[in-house]
Amino acid sequence: MSAIEKGTELPPLSLRVTRADLVRYAGASGDFNPIHWSDRVAGSVGLPGVIAHGMLTMALAGRLVTQWVGDPALVRSYGVRFTRPVVVPDDDDGALVEFSGKVTDVTDVTDVADAEDGARVARVAITAVFDGKTVLGRATAEVVLPG
Amino acid sequence: MVDTSFVGRALDPVTYRVGREKIREFALAIGEGALVCTDIDAARAAGHADLVAPPTFTVTFTLPLITEFLKDPAFGWDYARMVHADQSITLHRPVVGGDELTTVIHVEDLKARAGSLMLTLRCEVTDADGAAVATTTAMLVTQGEL
Repeated sequence: MSAIEKGTELPPLSLRVTRADLVRYAGASGDFNPIHWSDRVAGSVGLPGVIAHGMLTMALAGRLVTQWVGDPALVRSYGVRFTRPVVVPDDDDGALVEFSGKVTDVTDVTDVADAEDGARVARVAITAVFDGKTVLGRATAEVVLPG
Repeated sequence: MVDTSFVGRALDPVTYRVGREKIREFALAIGEGALVCTDIDAARAAGHADLVAPPTFTVTFTLPLITEFLKDPAFGWDYARMVHADQSITLHRPVVGGDELTTVIHVEDLKARAGSLMLTLRCEVTDADGAAVATTTAMLVTQGEL
């Protein structure tokens, strides 16, 4: 992966999120907040409808990075701001979310914990778009690039 | 009314054993395609002790603890109107199946602004040897005043 440098673009990812995905994620993650499965509860707190778990959107955006580096164990840090909700309709198509990313920085690993000689760390800025607007802000991941 | 005396406190540690099938279930739920997350032979061939958890897996054992704290009437947080504003995860090493992880929630900060309360919770996750595994920080917002 030596060709990776500042400005390198990651292969984009387009994913559909359905109600079934939300139910499955609720069970897998242990987040049973009803705003992610009940229209009644979502509406009562002022949401336009059932919304995806922010952590699901974050996890899906993380796939952009893990499919690029190949091994999720190479991710050192990952952070996002949840700026807009992803509203998931009760139909078969769900919500379309489009992810893209770009390397903003590549640095040499300096701490001793990373024993691999010549390893570098890439900082990736991720963009997630739903319904024409970004839903994540300051989404950044740091991944170790094998030397 | 939120009890501000919680700010600056660390909650009691809670230990969680990372199950191999839980990692597989989580990887399938988010559509993670890396074989090291679902195939034990692939994980071992890549040098891992067991299945590798996707980076956001830490939520499966930290969020239930956070939820329990936020629903505790003693803290007085309006959980029904809460939104998750910000999340960061630092992995000091990958989480793998069989890990016995202890989480301590630190109630780091609470701010009020324009009818909203902004709470920052930091989770420090360590393994059975006491070595740092992950640091996660969540910023949560709900309605209310101090």
